[in-house]
Amino acid sequence: MNDISVIIGGKAGDGINSAGAIIAQLINHLGYSLYLYFDYPSLIRGGHNYAIIRGTDRPESPGTHALDTGFLLALDQATVDQHAGRQQDPAAIIFNADLVRSAGQGVPVKTILQELQAPEIMGNSALIGGFAKAAGIGWDVVEGVFRSHIPKAADTNLRVARRAYDLLKTVKAIPQGNNPPRPLVTGNEAIGLGLVQGGLDAYVSYPMTPSSGVLHFLAAEKDRFGITVLHPENEIAVILMALGFAAAGKKAAVGTSGGGFCLMTEGLSLAGMAEVPVVIVMSQRTGPSTGLPTYTGQADLRFVIHAGQGEFPRFIVAPGNAEEAVVWSARAMDLAWRCQVPAFILADKTLSEGTYSMPFPGDPGLPGAISGWDGDGEYRRYAITPGGVSPLAAVGTKGAVVKVNSYAHDEDGITTEEAGTVLGMAGKRTAKEESLRRELARYEQVRVSGSRDSSTALLVWGSPAGACTLAGEALGLRVVRPVVLWPFPGDALRAALGGVNRVIAVEENQTGQFADLAAANGIAVSDRILKYDGRPFVPDELVGRITEVLR
Amino acid sequence: MTGRELITGAKNTWCPGCGNFTIQHTLKNILALREKEGTSLDDIVLVSGIGCHAKIADYLNISSFYALHGRTIPVATGIKLANPDLTVICCCGDGDCYAEGLDHLVFAAKRNLDITVIVHDNRVYGLTTGQYTPTSPLGFRGRSTPSGTPESPFNPLELMLAAGATFIARGYTRKMPQLEAMIRAGIAHRGFAFLDVLQICASFFPATDYYSQRIYDLAGHDRADFSQACDRIREWDYSGDAKIALGVFYEKDAPVFSPGSANNPRSPGQRAAAVLDFLKTRV
Repeated sequence: MNDISVIIGGKAGDGINSAGAIIAQLINHLGYSLYLYFDYPSLIRGGHNYAIIRGTDRPESPGTHALDTGFLLALDQATVDQHAGRQQDPAAIIFNADLVRSAGQGVPVKTILQELQAPEIMGNSALIGGFAKAAGIGWDVVEGVFRSHIPKAADTNLRVARRAYDLLKTVKAIPQGNNPPRPLVTGNEAIGLGLVQGGLDAYVSYPMTPSSGVLHFLAAEKDRFGITVLHPENEIAVILMALGFAAAGKKAAVGTSGGGFCLMTEGLSLAGMAEVPVVIVMSQRTGPSTGLPTYTGQADLRFVIHAGQGEFPRFIVAPGNAEEAVVWSARAMDLAWRCQVPAFILADKTLSEGTYSMPFPGDPGLPGAISGWDGDGEYRRYAITPGGVSPLAAVGTKGAVVKVNSYAHDEDGITTEEAGTVLGMAGKRTAKEESLRRELARYEQVRVSGSRDSSTALLVWGSPAGACTLAGEALGLRVVRPVVLWPFPGDALRAALGGVNRVIAVEENQTGQFADLAAANGIAVSDRILKYDGRPFVPDELVGRITEVLR
Repeated sequence: MTGRELITGAKNTWCPGCGNFTIQHTLKNILALREKEGTSLDDIVLVSGIGCHAKIADYLNISSFYALHGRTIPVATGIKLANPDLTVICCCGDGDCYAEGLDHLVFAAKRNLDITVIVHDNRVYGLTTGQYTPTSPLGFRGRSTPSGTPESPFNPLELMLAAGATFIARGYTRKMPQLEAMIRAGIAHRGFAFLDVLQICASFFPATDYYSQRIYDLAGHDRADFSQACDRIREWDYSGDAKIALGVFYEKDAPVFSPGSANNPRSPGQRAAAVLDFLKTRV
């Protein structure tokens, strides 16, 4: 396997994320699938930011980064100080010679910009040009990427890059990979694309890292997709507006992180009781409370499963990469409306803000149109049906009095406290969980990778998928990953674990939340490898920790 | 649907003498008139919060969303933006939308959302059996403030004027013809229409005498004049002994909130093509 890894680092405000995106495109066009991890503190200016781009010549995105790097691009001294120790070849350090002292090759950024009368913000193009030469990337590739991905002043940027390209030496040429160039998207963009494929009409969200990328993406592209995007006063309004959209016949989704979701729980329970569909994008960061806003975690699984007073069915899916995020976000939209339940897309910072190579998506494989009210007789919003799902009519439907109600209600939606009706309606709502399971049966709910016949399995969910797959391959272990987390996919999980006698849970939380859930469902977990410092697992580290457990 | 019963079969559980009966009857009259004028009642949606006022969602036989305490307005916002052809009426309580959900009220006014908000302002929590609300007078003895609330009320009309509401009125349930005319005007107003409707709570704040002695109709008032509206609104501070004006204090034309293109229908095929077009920009 050909693996390459590039770090670019600088101060917050240096444009590390956009420079990282250009480097990612260069690697994409060299025939590598990739993952870009962006590490930044919660501030606007100053502080140390870096992006790590990991490329592989396998078809799928690695979904994880590496600590040992092949190339280091330093816009500030901190980059060299923090990362040069993991640098395989000091000559492959490319740095801004005006600001940084280091071994390797310096780029005289200020001189280049002055000579070409280019503005200061084009300094990154000089570093990128220097990197391209050091990595033996053909000038035609650089020119193509700049023209496609730097919308403004591509010519001047190219002149700046060319000057550095001509000044530096090739240290080690990255061999051409096997993949065609693929779309590069963040997990948040992938979620947005899936929601659109699933029929989204409106996205409502209050900004909160790491979910804000969905809001920014859909707001920027709302006309392309024909959707409404709203940023209201708070998360309480967010979810209630979404329920208003749904009651009036439009499909809405909301997005937030843990703290914002706390404010949504009242509305979530309303969605459960009133049977108003909604999709909730819940992207986790390190908690509790404000926690580490720009770092990752998987500590909100239990919260999402149990959030909201009372008991009602819900759907929770945890995509492991961008490709799954597209497909399952579309399915979440469909399932929410088909079964009239809240549907969660449980993400985290690693997925949301990481950039992945992704194939062009095909048909998400959704079943046929959802049948609504047939217009016969008097409409009853909560009519009892065998599967618990009542025909849905929007307020404003001709000939229908549609009564949506947060109180215990009868089939017409009129408030009741009559014990028999209360029981009947509770049973009707519960029946929808079985309907949900039936709908889910058409999908692969648990993924298996690594050594499929190993009797030792890593049990993982969500974004650590990539790191676990590589670690599992390195150690010859089976990797079992539920994508659907709720309703708990017990049968599919037991089947995926067939022949396994040792289960090692790998989670980015302090207790092993999914491991507890598995244990409660009769799946014994012998070991737990947990990480909760806000940084995602990387394969090398994981291999070390698994080896320790297996010793 | 035409010729429908306007009241459902649900058992009415308001206390005898409750001001809510008047508001329900007024809305029923308005519905009947609209039907007579040829407007379909299927195009009207009522959103209520939680509290005595909110039972009106069970009683009026039109489409409704019986929401949460304080959360009428965000639900109404979603409904209105999803289907701008609907007439959306919020029935809220004073505890409901001045306390629990004040943020939503201020923001709907700021946005000039085209809905009508009717606040059943009995100046006490009824359903939770008698606590002070944001419009209870200073010193109000409720079950959570047995020695009298030390908080002065706020003036909701003044607050709405500052927030940007484009139709501001005050009614009283014992002045039903005036109330009916004002609600009709509020519904006809293009933009955010706010009506604070004073009503007594027969069980916990029976203030009929207080109101009878003070109310008068706004006359010779220029509702387009912001400063004049402000002065008249501030005559009575919901606590003291001043006269209480009833009528429309302020009305102005302004662009209504209309943020998007949810009504731009796209087939699944067009959606898929748009997704692919976007992804091509990322290669």
